[in-house]
Amino acid sequence: MDISTKQTDAPPPAPQPALTERKRDARGASRPGDRIFLGLSRGSGILLLVIMAAIAVFLTYRASLAISKDHGNFLTTFEWNTNLTPPVFGIAVLAFGTVVSSIVAMAIAVPVAVAIALFLTHYAPRRLSGPIAYVIDLLAAVPSIVYGLWGALVLVPHMQGLYGWLDDYLGWTGLFSWDGGAPRAMLTVGILLAIMILPIITNVSREVFRQVPRMHEEAALALGATRWEVVRMSVLPFGRSGVISASMLGLGRALGETMAVATVLSPSYDIQASLLDPGGGTFAQNIASKFGEATDQGRDALIASGLVLFVITLLVNGAARAIIARRKEYSGANA
Amino acid sequence: MAKRIDVSGLTAYYGSHKAIEDISMTVEPRSVTAFIGPSGCGKSTFLRTLNRMHEVTPGGRVEGKVLLDDEDLYGTGIDPVSVRREVGMVFQRPNPFPTMSIFENVAAGLRLNGNYKKSRLNDIVEKSLRGANLWNEVKDRLNKPGSGLSGGQQQRLCIARAIAVEPKVLLMDEPCSALDPISTLAIEDLIGELKERFTIVIVTHNMQQAARVSDRTAFFNLAAVGQPGRLIEIDDTERIFSNPSVQATEDYISGRFG
Repeated sequence: MDISTKQTDAPPPAPQPALTERKRDARGASRPGDRIFLGLSRGSGILLLVIMAAIAVFLTYRASLAISKDHGNFLTTFEWNTNLTPPVFGIAVLAFGTVVSSIVAMAIAVPVAVAIALFLTHYAPRRLSGPIAYVIDLLAAVPSIVYGLWGALVLVPHMQGLYGWLDDYLGWTGLFSWDGGAPRAMLTVGILLAIMILPIITNVSREVFRQVPRMHEEAALALGATRWEVVRMSVLPFGRSGVISASMLGLGRALGETMAVATVLSPSYDIQASLLDPGGGTFAQNIASKFGEATDQGRDALIASGLVLFVITLLVNGAARAIIARRKEYSGANA
Repeated sequence: MAKRIDVSGLTAYYGSHKAIEDISMTVEPRSVTAFIGPSGCGKSTFLRTLNRMHEVTPGGRVEGKVLLDDEDLYGTGIDPVSVRREVGMVFQRPNPFPTMSIFENVAAGLRLNGNYKKSRLNDIVEKSLRGANLWNEVKDRLNKPGSGLSGGQQQRLCIARAIAVEPKVLLMDEPCSALDPISTLAIEDLIGELKERFTIVIVTHNMQQAARVSDRTAFFNLAAVGQPGRLIEIDDTERIFSNPSVQATEDYISGRFG
């Protein structure tokens, strides 16, 4: 509102008209340009809400059709038999696989992305950071099916060594025990997803780190901080909420990724305790592989599983916002 | 504890641009020295060479010597990080760490220097805040963010943060230029107290301030636009403001230019 009052850059007319004009400006729309822009931005906002609501309504309606016929427990059944009469299906396996593969991906991608972003903004010489940033942007432009093919043809065969090593040294944890099968398991999926979400997390983090006010870094420097201590005292705290947002963008992609998971994972409808044993599945992968030959009833069931993915994504985003809001007064936004 | 600064033949560059040329001066321990001069004459640049902050700017480099007692800050094998632990700095705009509480802001420098016991840390933080005349205002809200304080309080918090690590020298780069007159007065009083313990160098655009707080005053000027800044003269403050030995100083002080 302040800004619009200041934008009265037309030649100052007689005092009386100027006053009325300002009054109308303060309400936000008097000039045609302002009105059009206001309409466009308000319209886009409303459209976004309408689309979200439409998706939610569609998913809920079709899902309720399926769930009402489900003879298993929709949340806990370890089966997906939609062609039986009555059908028996549940999303436990899919929820588990989706969450596990995303956790693996985040655990790998976030530290690496933050490290790359810090390197680009605070360590690399300028003539190096430009090209590296460009290459990372290119990673984001690779279609996911290409990642999937690369994963299946290159990554999977090369995972044997890592799987063996993990089994040797960490197999006792149960999380990393390996029966020697093809490494088409959650760990490979997680690594592939990590590579896919790396660019978005890196780019957003890099932007955030670049915006750390110079004076905060100098404050740390003047206290006798080394470069790493500057990063720890002023850069990371300032960038914290931005990195969380960046991670959420990455997580959103990891949760919903379809083709890359479908080409790499060797799915089965059960839960594997070990990250190295093939099997399991994710929501998106399950939908992609079953949708084509599903009956109407089967499709509704798949849509119901999609609704759960939708809800999980919303919950994750809400949690991230809560984390950011909890320390808002320390965020640096008010400095 | 406070140390003497002895600068000889100091020239500083930004890339190929020579910002200040051939500056020599001595700053006595436990005294306040004010730098005055028109904008762009290199006062702040010179100040930043005294704790090796100048070289943080891309392209910044320095020739010449800065002795802190007998140690050359630009000698081979001297780590700029350790220089900055000896020579503290307060900036033009108050810059407490926005993500830290008041307590953590003051403790920040100490945490860099090693492990302190909680009780010792509490003592030093209290002592530093008292030293910065801020204790009574913040003692009940040490865990609140430092960015919630007023501008003047934030600047005193930054002074507390700087003196907490017991530097030998305290550099102040226009510390009051973003503050109202009452906060300015508080800082000026504080400078008077701090000079008992530290060697203080302050850049200021406010000549009354220089006259009020400093023992010695240095006048900087440019020979011409595009020329590097030079030290015109340094003398006792009283003498600079009553009977300077260079005409340019008198012109500047009496407001005839700059």
